[in-house]
Amino acid sequence: MTGRDSVDGLWAPQALRIANKVQESTDVFSFELELEQSFDIRPGQFNMLYAFGKGEVPISMSAGPPTTTRLVHTIRNVGKITTDICAREPGEEIELRGPFGNTWPLESALGGDVVIVAGGIGLAPMRPVIQALLANLEQYRRISVVCGARSPYELIFREDVEEWSARRDLDFHATVDIAPRGWTGTVGVVTSVIEQLSFEPQRTTVMTCGPEIMMRFTADAFCDRGVPAESIFLSMERNMKCAVGFCGHCMYGPHIICRDGPVFRYSRLRDLLHIREL
Amino acid sequence: MSLRIEAAQLGHLLEVIRNAGYDLLGPTVRDGAIAIDRISQLSDLPQGITDEQEKGLYRLRTQASPSYFGFSAPAQTFRRFLQPPTQTIFWASRDTPGGPLRMRSGSNVDSKLAFIGVKACDLAAIGVHDVVFGCDPNPQRPAADPLIKDQLYGMRRENLLIIATECGQAGSTCFCASMNTGPEIEAGYDLRITEFVDGEHWMLIDAGSEQGDTLLSHLAGRPASEDDLTTREQLLERTRRSMGRSLDTRNLPQQLARSFDSPAWEDIAERCLSCANCTLSCPTCFCTDIEDATDITGRTAIRTQRWDSCFNKEISWLHGGQVRKSTASRYRQWLTHKLSTWHDQFGSSGCVGCGRCITWCPVGIDITEEAARLTAGTEASS
Ligand code: SF4
Ligand code: SF4
Ligand code: FES
Repeated sequence: MTGRDSVDGLWAPQALRIANKVQESTDVFSFELELEQSFDIRPGQFNMLYAFGKGEVPISMSAGPPTTTRLVHTIRNVGKITTDICAREPGEEIELRGPFGNTWPLESALGGDVVIVAGGIGLAPMRPVIQALLANLEQYRRISVVCGARSPYELIFREDVEEWSARRDLDFHATVDIAPRGWTGTVGVVTSVIEQLSFEPQRTTVMTCGPEIMMRFTADAFCDRGVPAESIFLSMERNMKCAVGFCGHCMYGPHIICRDGPVFRYSRLRDLLHIREL
Repeated sequence: MSLRIEAAQLGHLLEVIRNAGYDLLGPTVRDGAIAIDRISQLSDLPQGITDEQEKGLYRLRTQASPSYFGFSAPAQTFRRFLQPPTQTIFWASRDTPGGPLRMRSGSNVDSKLAFIGVKACDLAAIGVHDVVFGCDPNPQRPAADPLIKDQLYGMRRENLLIIATECGQAGSTCFCASMNTGPEIEAGYDLRITEFVDGEHWMLIDAGSEQGDTLLSHLAGRPASEDDLTTREQLLERTRRSMGRSLDTRNLPQQLARSFDSPAWEDIAERCLSCANCTLSCPTCFCTDIEDATDITGRTAIRTQRWDSCFNKEISWLHGGQVRKSTASRYRQWLTHKLSTWHDQFGSSGCVGCGRCITWCPVGIDITEEAARLTAGTEASS
């Protein structure tokens, strides 16, 4: 940023070339973006992806651990901005600015049990965490992953899921609300799976991402099993425009989600999650 | 050091400021209200004018006193000059679809601004915005990321010259004394003026910065005497006693934090029109919307930033619906943010006690009354 005429660096998107595109489900796509210079983004953080003249959407990084050559984002096609982005093909570019927000507590979880609970597309921000855990297995005790979706068709990252379920060093569960013939995983909500997990409550870190209501039931289920609320982490979502705490869109009671989150300890959210229309 | 000057010297001060290359803005009468606009000469200031303010009422009156600053919170604030209601963030263009983006800034900051007639509450509000936009000259706590600051705000703020004025009388919707922001002005100014009309028409001027010192050196006056300083103390005491409103702030943030389920919000919602007048009149409100659009060729995109309000429905848009659908939830967001959660987010109250939201609410909702009612409720129940 020199001269008075330059665009505020906070707002200027940079263009990254799409190296690869993967269709994860009917309306979810992953984009691998090529990086020319290093981009220091960590699991939990997000970028604002820009659709020319249409607007921006906050999207978490969805694969890691971060490498210097690729940045991955997984997007669900739900509105005019995401439709624009999801229509792009390898060779084209995606403009984005970031990274923003805080990170999942991979470090404070060291040495203990870790449980990951993801619902639907909430698996996207969790995948880099799972990958980081698997890359450093010896530094953690037991690692469990519960992955919920409405139906198997909405389960994303199929290849990863298959690989994870085959591993003996990972306690992996996929569960769906509605199971078609041939589904071999569990049927039911994630909380029913949580009841069967083994972990040592006082030494466990829980990280969950998904619909708010699912995260709340998940957090309560772990509290019931004796995990302290300080050790349960949720990733919150609200409307975002600036991503740096200036525009007031993502306020959530005492928190500014883009600036203080998106990852929060349940102890900081428990009293808020039951308040309607916050 | 305080300087005592004749009121007539004020015209000279305005000239010195303008000659120093500043764009001078201050209170002036427009459409029956005190607005903030360009000040070219002494006669632009609202001399001999005072105001009456009450719930949903604002009226100007002439008064016998020749004072220049004899009114309380002006209808407008200085906010628009540091954070304009609409500003272009960037223009982006590409020559071919999918081709590289060329970016250009949409707003330039090329003038140096000077504000005159900044009341204690409005000065405090500028301090509040400094914190919000990452431009606090003396951060109370380490910023999450010291590099994150609003550049356009910062550029305007950096060169800003502030001539603050202490109030000789409070309005009936004022409660700065409760919010600890006035009527005394202690810091944050380049020059501070206290105006007196007591047979003579004179002013005490203090410099609060080097620029202030330089400006002061151009004025003819004499060092203030002990008596003059006592007169100022008395004036401030009178102002303090004439505050039309008050708010008990002890434990207020904590009590309000427990009020989210109170039935009182529904009761307020029966009256509130969700018109956003309160947020537009408030000097500390800062929410903005970002709008992206293209021109007709589709090759040039523009990003615009506009004042937004927690009373607008789009602000809480999420997954195809609004989070804050009801008026009750929006009013709750407004009041609890000002008086409670602002402390969590920025380390101070978000209300400076200017009373504008009381004056400009078309249905006369009074933040001090509602806060008192809400906390009386929590006290009883806890
Ligand atoms: S909330 Fe009302 S009284 Fe407080 S600073 Fe804003 S407008 Fe003034
Ligand atoms: S409190 Fe008054 S000014 Fe504010 S939105 Fe409601 S009706 Fe409008
Ligand atoms: S997105 Fe603007 S404050 Fe969080």
